[in-house]
Parts: sequence; C-alpha cells; structure tokens
Amino acid sequence: MDADPLVDPLADPLAVELIGIHKRFPGVVANAGTELKVKRGSIHAVLGENGAGKSTLMNVLAGVYRPEAGEVRVLGARRVFASPSAALAAGVGMVHQEFRLVPTFTVAENVVLGAATRVLHMGTVEKQVADLAQRFSLDVDPQRQVWQLSMGERQRVEILKALWRAAEILILDEPTAVLTPQEADELGSIIRQMANDGRSVIFISHKLHEVKQYCDEATVLRGGKTVASSLKVEDLTSPQLAELMVGDATHTIRRPEPTQACATLLMVENLHALNNRKLPALRDVSLSVHEGEIVGIAGVAGNGQRELADVIAGLRNALSGSVRLFDRDITNASARQRFRAGLSYIPEDRVGVGLAVQLSITDNAILRSYRQHRRGPLIATDRAKAFCAEIVSAFKVRAGSLDQRIAELSGGNLQRLLVGRELTAEPSVIVASQPTRGLDVQGVTAIQELLIDARNRGLGVLLISEDLDELLAISDRILVMHGGRIAAQYVGVDANRSAIGLAMAGEPA
Amino acid sequence: MIVGLAFPETALIGLLFAAIQFGAMIYLASLGELIAERAGVLNLGVEGMMAMGAVGGFVFAIETGSPWLGLLAASIVGALVAMIHGLFAVVLGANQVVSGLALTIFGVGLANFWGTDYEGLRPDVQFVDVDLGPLSDIAWIGRIFFQQSPLAYLALALGCVAWFGLNRTRGGLALRAAGESAATADTAGHSVVGLRLFAVAIGGALAALGGAYLSLSISPGWTVGVVAGRGWIAVALVIFGAWKVRRVALGAFLFGLAMALPSRTESFDLPWHPILWSMLPYLLTIAVMIAGALILRNRPADAPAALGVPFRREER
Ligand SMILES: Nc1ncnc2c1ncn2[C@@H]1O[C@H](COP(=O)(O)OP(=O)(O)OP(=O)(O)O)[C@@H](O)[C@H]1O
Ligand SMILES: [Mg+2]
Repeated sequence: MDADPLVDPLADPLAVELIGIHKRFPGVVANAGTELKVKRGSIHAVLGENGAGKSTLMNVLAGVYRPEAGEVRVLGARRVFASPSAALAAGVGMVHQEFRLVPTFTVAENVVLGAATRVLHMGTVEKQVADLAQRFSLDVDPQRQVWQLSMGERQRVEILKALWRAAEILILDEPTAVLTPQEADELGSIIRQMANDGRSVIFISHKLHEVKQYCDEATVLRGGKTVASSLKVEDLTSPQLAELMVGDATHTIRRPEPTQACATLLMVENLHALNNRKLPALRDVSLSVHEGEIVGIAGVAGNGQRELADVIAGLRNALSGSVRLFDRDITNASARQRFRAGLSYIPEDRVGVGLAVQLSITDNAILRSYRQHRRGPLIATDRAKAFCAEIVSAFKVRAGSLDQRIAELSGGNLQRLLVGRELTAEPSVIVASQPTRGLDVQGVTAIQELLIDARNRGLGVLLISEDLDELLAISDRILVMHGGRIAAQYVGVDANRSAIGLAMAGEPA
Repeated sequence: MIVGLAFPETALIGLLFAAIQFGAMIYLASLGELIAERAGVLNLGVEGMMAMGAVGGFVFAIETGSPWLGLLAASIVGALVAMIHGLFAVVLGANQVVSGLALTIFGVGLANFWGTDYEGLRPDVQFVDVDLGPLSDIAWIGRIFFQQSPLAYLALALGCVAWFGLNRTRGGLALRAAGESAATADTAGHSVVGLRLFAVAIGGALAALGGAYLSLSISPGWTVGVVAGRGWIAVALVIFGAWKVRRVALGAFLFGLAMALPSRTESFDLPWHPILWSMLPYLLTIAVMIAGALILRNRPADAPAALGVPFRREER
C-alpha cells in the first residue's frame, strides 16, 4: 500500500475530468457526450435512472470500456486506458456494481489478488487483511471462501479490496444496494476519511438520502447525457435531485387503505429449514397472508428471509413444518405444481433464478407458461410474441425488440419484465424478494404500485425487503425476522421505524 | 503352466516399476493440461502435442547426440505448437473444443510426417535409468523407486514446482483467478489473455515432455502411433484428480498401474482380454466424476468456473 500522497498545490484541482464521452453497445447508445468533473478531495455523486449510463461511464474511467470518442483526464493528465491495469496504475480503482470476486477463493485471496507480494505467505496475508478489516470496522473473516458469504458480506470484501489498493480515485458503483443502513453509514464515514486525506471518491446510489448525507457534489445523467454537473449537494433537497434524475416531479406512493381481514391464502406453520452451509436458517416460522394484504418481512440480510422465500417457492426443502396454499398442502410440491396452484415468485436473484439472461425477451416471458403457447409439441411463436408484447406494453418494459437478448436490458427493465410475467399468470399469492433493489426512483414507484394494485385486486403479497421505508410505505403488516425466527409483528399504524429497527437488531421493545 | 508359481514376485516388481514409469510420463502431460485448465483454457490437443514432443525430442536427440538437448527441444516444440491453440482459442476467442481437436489432428499428422525419415532408427541416445548406489540396491524398493529414468524424478520435481507456483505465488493466484472469473482477474489489473497464453504454452511444453519420455526412455525410437491415445488419458486424469496437483499425482500412479496392466495380464493370470483392462483409466474417471457429483452437491464444482469460456472484456 502506498503512503499518503503529497498534495501539490500547483497541480490541477480536478481529480477526474471526462469530456464528451461517447460509448455505444449493439443497439444502444449508453454515453452520448457525457461530461464529468470531480474535484480533488471530494465525494462526488453520479445520479441517474436505471440505464442512464452511469456504470458505463465509470467503466470507461476505470479502463474496462474503450470509448469511441471523448477525453479522459486524470489528475490533470490526459489518459487513454487500454486496460483496467493501466487505469489502476494511474490511481483509479473501482468497486463494480456486479461483484468482481472469485467465489472459490478466500476473502484474503480476493482482497490481495491485484496487489500481492511475489510469494504469498497466506498466514501473513490473512493477518494483514484482518487488520485492515478491523481498522475500518468491516466485519468479515479472511479465511472464509467467498461463495459462502451473504451479499452484504461480499460487498464488504469488495470495499476491503478497494481499501487495500489505496487508490487515489475510488469509484463506488452502487455499493450500498446490499448493505444495511448501519453498514452504509459506516461506509459513508470511511469515504469521508479518504476525502479528508486528499483522495477523491465517486459514489453512485439510487438512495437520495445517502447522497445528501455523504456527498459534496453531484452530477446527474439522463439518457447518456449530463443534464446537471457539479451541483452542490447541500443546496438541494431530495425531491429536487429526484426531479433532475427523471425529468419530472415524482409522486409519492399512497399508502393503501386497510382492508377487512378475509380468507387466508398462504399459511406457513412451524417451518424449519437449513441454509447452504447446512446450519439452521429457519426455526419454527409461522405466518399467514390473507386476501388483499401485503405482509412485509423486515430483517437484516442473512436472518432467514432468503431461505423462507426459497422454501415457499419450492427451491429448498423444509426439515419440518408445512406450507399451505388455500388449504392445500404444498410443502413438498414441485415449483411447477405451486405455480399452477396460484403462487408467483419474484426472486431476489433476478438474473440467476428469475430470468435466463442469454435468452430473448419473448423466451423469458413465456418461461413459466410455455405450455399455453404451443401448437402440438412446438412453441407457437406468433402467440408467444403476442403474449410477450402484452407484458412489454402493460408493464412498460423499455426494449429494442422482442427478440433482444435480455442481457442487454438495464436492471430496471429486467425487473419490470419479471414482475410482469409473474403478475400476468394471475396468481393468488405473490412472494416478492427485494423486488426494488437497485432500481431508480421511478422503477421503485412503478414496482410498488404494481404490488399495491395486485393487493387491491384481492391478491396476497409476501414482500421481503431490506428497505424499511418501502415496507413502512406499502405493507399492511410487518413481521421482523431475526436469527431465523419471527421476532416481532407490527400492524399498519403501530409500525414505527425505531421499534422495528430494534427488533431487527434482536432487541424487541 | 502355473506350476509352483506361488507369487509372481518379479512380475509384481516389474508391474510397479512400469506403473511409476507410465505414471510419471502421464503426469507430465496432465500437469500441463491442469495448468492450462486452471487458467480457463480447455486444450484437447494434448495427444497432438505429445506426438510432436515425441518426434521432436527424438529427432533433436539424434541430431545433437544428447538426450537432454532433445528434451529441451521437445519442450520448445510443444510450447510453439500449443500457441496455435493459444492464437485461436485465447486471442481470437474461438470455440476451445473445436480448436483443441484440430490441434490433436494437426499435431499427430505433422509428427508422423516429420518422423518419416527417423522411423525404426535405433537411437544410440536415450536416457539411462539412474543408479543411486545403495538406495537402488534395496530389495523391491530400490528397483521400483530408485532405478527409474531421470525423467521420472524430473516429473516429480516439476509437480512440486507447479504446486508451489499455483498455490503460493502471486502469479499462480492471478492464473487461477483467470480460470475462475476472468472479469475479476481483469479488473484486478491482470492480463487475462497473457496469463492464459502463458498457461497454454507451459501446458504444451509439459505435454511434449510426456511425449519425449515415450520416445527417449520408455520405448526409445519413433514409430507412428507411439502416443497411442495417452493424450486422452492425460485429459481424463485432470478430471480424475479434480484439477489439483497433488491428487493428479496420486491418480497418475493409479493410471500408470492401469496402463501397465494390460500387457501383463498373463503373468498375473487375470481374466478378460487385455483390451478390456486398458479401459480402466476411463472407468476410474467416470467413477470419480459420479462420486464427486454426489459429494459436491450444494458446493461449487471442482472444475474452474470459467473453463472453456473465452474472455471478451466489453461483453456481459
Ligand atoms: N456490456 C454491455 N453490453 C450491451 N449493452 C450494455 C452493456 N453495458 C451497458 N449496456 C446498456 O447500456 C445502457 C446503460 O447501461 P448502464 O449499465 O451504464 O446503466 P446504469 O446507469 O448503470 O443503470 P443502473 O442504475 O441500472 O445500474 C443500458 O441500456 C444497458 O442495457
Ligand atoms: Mg449501473
């Protein structure tokens, strides 16, 4: 690791200057003359809707993408990066939106991958990584292999990697999407410390309160263009930022009117299950979801929420206990039988479990219901296309053509497609796991409105989310999970942030 | 016929000696394939590279009069031939299976052509088995372990070097990262193409050493078809050994035993035709794969995750 740099007063006051960056991918222009100026020793937010071109611009700065046109200046010098290693050598480090970790390596190996001594003494390396983790209070065991870690822990490893390299300019692309509020604040103080040391940080997030809290300046992108640059964050309110991002004033979600308790749709009783490490993840979980009700599940990541969703959806076996849908026992039913019985599932891992990224939009749209779109043993392509077109227009999926590979869609549009597919099946119960994670303000509102809409039509919704504001905004009831149990329950108006926060930490009032 | 043959002692010593001999030969080739695969490149050209090593080593040994120079030349030839695969599969991102198979066909053909004038020559240059004095004189053990060709000890030494290199050095860490998640290695500042080309070249050199072991030590001389499918056994052995240097070494001994058995079925009075016995390495591999699949449920597989996947930086 390098020593602190001497700040040269004569040097350019800008750490990064991107001028007229153009970058296109087959079928999309991701950056169309984008500009960015980041001052030395500051924390600079880059904002924009899903697909605005934020990650693309950052990948250009980090040497991953080569722009077709435009100039990159780093610390006052013009640069043309041929590879990430050239950018690293010039002092630019990046934490990518999709993790860049080797699952079969240990945490320590991942951290030192880019900058290690020629011969590795794993004991020493683990010690150094543990020290670094402790210094920045990032709790993670250097000896564990990454595939065993939760998403939040993996994010911490990514941050450790960046700290290990001690880059002069650090890009953080949505680092807080999988962190708890406390962990996000911890990260906020780490980057403030770095800025005070004279380093520069570029911070991307869809959570405007984080931008207000941690950042000095903000640049807003829309459709690949810079629409506002280097705004002073303290002069702006969150609604003003949101308006700049989407181009019109956003409306807030109306909390649904409470409904009379009606028939029970989903009934989970005394459920026990193991996690991937064969340790108990669910301990005696019981809950029910009624007609016309959104039941929110709150909790810090890794307290059994994921396993609960898996067991209900049929992706994980229960050790004991039962899951009933309309009085029908589906504990041991296959995923297809559950779907036929009226259960829809929006998984947390949308590209691994929910959608097949290498297939077209149409193929993904009919993945659940292909049996209804066939002619004899063959797929009836015309009917499948018509069905897909309906989903795409009803749920406002922004796509080039129906035959496009979905790998080319932005995160928000993927999620709309997935939610659209699951709702079009006319289920009676929807299990939605982190349905708005990583979405922009508009995307979040759209998905939340779809869920409220479903509820108003009499569906039961089980909403698993780490975003407390979301749960408070739209659930009728909130259950808090802690250590694999339902630790507390709050109904509508009783629910308040601090009580739930305490229950999430395992100390119900 | 089997009068008074209580225990075929000399036959057993001969079998174990041959097991180590064949095992060391196959280990060299497997080690090379292992290194390439750990970097994410499947190279099915082992058979062709071994053939090139066998003929190249023999030709250069005859021309220079030194088996050691022949060996050196074989490894250079192997690395060069492997670079054909490197160009297509790594640099241009072509399908690795197709490119590797093409390399086998090309390598075997070119080796046969190159060797025409040398076929059937009795070489006066070949590796002589070592004599370690008192060690070599120990009953049983001396003959089995301490009278092998120098190449057997070279194989062992290279195995140690490979283990250390892969597991204890920065370069090895980067190489393994390129095979598990190329984008991660790339964004960490390593050159994925460079690492993979290096691994393929080393793989070619080691496969060629395995070939030269055949033509300079096990059955000195060059004849068409001397490699006889052992390149494929080397590929199977990597799977058998779960892509691990030490487990491949253990497997090499078992495979060596299986390769030494078919020609000795009579001395041990074994049932079935020798050809059935020569299927043993493949059966072992399949058995290990099934066992592995049963044990490994819910865990990442042993195979490098990015094995066979070309790396293109801007694609997602
Ligand atoms: N490697 C790629 N190949 C093809 N298209 C891409 C690639 N990367 C990005 N795109 C496309 O470029 C556009 C901009 O994407 P980008 O990832 O930069 O958006 P973003 O602002 O980071 O959005 P999000 O908030 O969802 O992360 C999108 O339409 C996306 O589909
Ligand atoms: Mg992005």
